[in-house]
Amino acid sequence: MSAVDVPGETAAGAPAEATADAGVTGVTVDRESCCGAGQCVLAAPAVFAQSEEDGLVVLLDPNPPAELRDAVRRAQSYCPSRSVTVR
Amino acid sequence: MTQRSEFSGYPVDTGYPVDSGLPEVPIRRTCPFDPSPELAGLRTARPVARAVMPLDGSEVWLVTGHDLVRRMLADPRWSSSVDGGLGEDRPLRLKQPEPGMFIEMDGPEHARYRRMLIPHFTVQRTNRLRPRIEQIVAERLDAMERLPRPVDLVAEFALPVPSLVICELLGMPYEERAGFQEAARALVRLDSPAGETEAALDRLAGHLAKLIAAKRAEPDGALIGELVREGVLTDGELVQISMLLLVAGHETTANMLGLGTLLLLRHPDQLALVRQGAPGAADELLRYLSIIDAVMFRGAKEDLTLGGQRIRAGEFGLASLGAANRDPALCEDPDRLDVTRPRTAHVALGFGPHQCLGQNLARLELEVALQALLRRFPGLRAAVPLEEVSIREDAAIHGVDSLPVTW
Repeated sequence: MSAVDVPGETAAGAPAEATADAGVTGVTVDRESCCGAGQCVLAAPAVFAQSEEDGLVVLLDPNPPAELRDAVRRAQSYCPSRSVTVR
Repeated sequence: MTQRSEFSGYPVDTGYPVDSGLPEVPIRRTCPFDPSPELAGLRTARPVARAVMPLDGSEVWLVTGHDLVRRMLADPRWSSSVDGGLGEDRPLRLKQPEPGMFIEMDGPEHARYRRMLIPHFTVQRTNRLRPRIEQIVAERLDAMERLPRPVDLVAEFALPVPSLVICELLGMPYEERAGFQEAARALVRLDSPAGETEAALDRLAGHLAKLIAAKRAEPDGALIGELVREGVLTDGELVQISMLLLVAGHETTANMLGLGTLLLLRHPDQLALVRQGAPGAADELLRYLSIIDAVMFRGAKEDLTLGGQRIRAGEFGLASLGAANRDPALCEDPDRLDVTRPRTAHVALGFGPHQCLGQNLARLELEVALQALLRRFPGLRAAVPLEEVSIREDAAIHGVDSLPVTW
């Protein structure tokens, strides 16, 4: 599947932080507010999945490596229920 | 009835604001591909603007900025339980939705239904449908090839592909598509004669009730059959949910395929990129065309502020997804179609907890169908000049009624 996973978020609301060497720390998800749209999975499939059972978000990696920083930010930006936070 | 805002500066006791110069919704397109330039003007000058409903002159807040539209649609203080709206003969008011009509529900009531459906529409689950969608698309292209040219792309491809896919996914007989398609079409028309939409939906509901009774007797493995087996929903709820999913599965992807193909025929460079498999094409076409533009009404449940405007409980808002998707704050050069553009946070599929349940299916269908169409017929072209293409101007969803093509 060629998921729609293109680098270089251009939308407002996706903070373009200076790239640091450190990984992304403190990714959290809120399964209570999650509406199962799957946008985080499209943006960062190594970090987020949808549960086969209930379709809600599953966090695969709360501290993803630095190269996934932009993808995680995009996941946060796309999430329609604002259920992804990055500390 | 919408209350007039005390904060608007408009006198509250002068009746119809006929001389106020407020824009009237819907703000119609002058080009089938582009939101009206008037919306761009509003987005710059007053991204949360007062506008007038044609039925009764009541006011709504027309929201056109990208960030503001997203805020509004994600904000639980705005209710989706709105009755009335464009093309309806009743003024806007908050209502109690029918059981199962989850798109009109808020909060936990909405979440209860949506959560029953989410597992059927996840990214993984949708991706497993790819081979079957490819097969359906190939069969329709085979059928097209056998027809004398010109061929109506809408009747032979753009409508049958999503119709076949959603019928199969739900477990609804494709032979009965005429009824599904009629109801879907009636629902999105803004100029239906009084009672016609209701009559079409009643006919469909009656028919679905019979199909669901049959599934009660013998549940299959498709979506509605699984819901029947789970045993949580009443027949009435299952009818409403089936109706929602059928209608949503028909008029949306079908119009994206029809209007999207017409747009690409006008942009040969972009068409070539889609044929080559540009991975972001579906999202860029969704963003650019915003076929569902300004029908997203919400009702304020409490006093709130949006874009510096104070909005009172009981007032209504209308989000212009088209204006939001052409906001320069969303992406560079937003009025340019660029299928190689990095994916944007567009709102063509909505935003907030109601964001399109079938969006991953829609993306997949668009990607598969457009690529296959353009690869099968490298010489694809419209068989009539653009000005003769029957553009839908009466509908809540933009599209073409027919598109004669040859190759």
